[in-house]
Amino acid sequence: MDEMESGVVKKFMFVNRKAPYGTIYALEVLEMVLISAAFDQDVHLAFVDDGVFQLKKGQDTKALGQKNFSPTYRALDGYDIEKLYVEAESMAERGLTEADLLVPVEVLSRADMGALMNEMDVVLTA
Amino acid sequence: MLHTVNKSPFEKNALESCLSHAVEGASILLIEDGVYAALGGTSTAARMAEAAKRFKVFVLGPDLAARGMDAGRLVEGVGIVDYEGFVDLVAEHPTSQAWL
Repeated sequence: MDEMESGVVKKFMFVNRKAPYGTIYALEVLEMVLISAAFDQDVHLAFVDDGVFQLKKGQDTKALGQKNFSPTYRALDGYDIEKLYVEAESMAERGLTEADLLVPVEVLSRADMGALMNEMDVVLTA
Repeated sequence: MLHTVNKSPFEKNALESCLSHAVEGASILLIEDGVYAALGGTSTAARMAEAAKRFKVFVLGPDLAARGMDAGRLVEGVGIVDYEGFVDLVAEHPTSQAWL
């Protein structure tokens, strides 16, 4: 029996470092996150560097002709993915505050984010 | 010369290289993730504010809107163009340079 079947729950973290739309990374990580929800693991999402832009309110891609995937972040709690962490320094460097974000998150300092990453069993970064 | 920059200034040095090479009076159009360089209140805003005095700086509106940013967040002196404005800028300048 493998670990999944025996019910071993691992701490997973998906680390988002890229802005949305300019590259495919943000959307691809989101797809991975949704898939991970099917495996009943302890999923954490971290938003650092340009990844904080993924959670900006008011995204409107009509004129761009690309899918606006930002509402999906608000639907994650429906998949029991509720551990979202945003790095304070990354927001500040980019002129963002918690009021700019479209979902409730826990804001962590860079040092605390590093410590949290260190507690994980599996970390995937893009 | 029209310069286009499509990379985030927080991640790549494309904008910095563009600003260091562009000559006085050049036009610079920020597109895709390059639009983040036009935002006020950031760690790069002062650099852009200074650049907006030496160059004609524009952002592509649809790229700004996709990222949830509005005109009120832009550094002073930066203009917004739509896709037609992009075409006009290309037509007005004899040469274009894309800082990828």
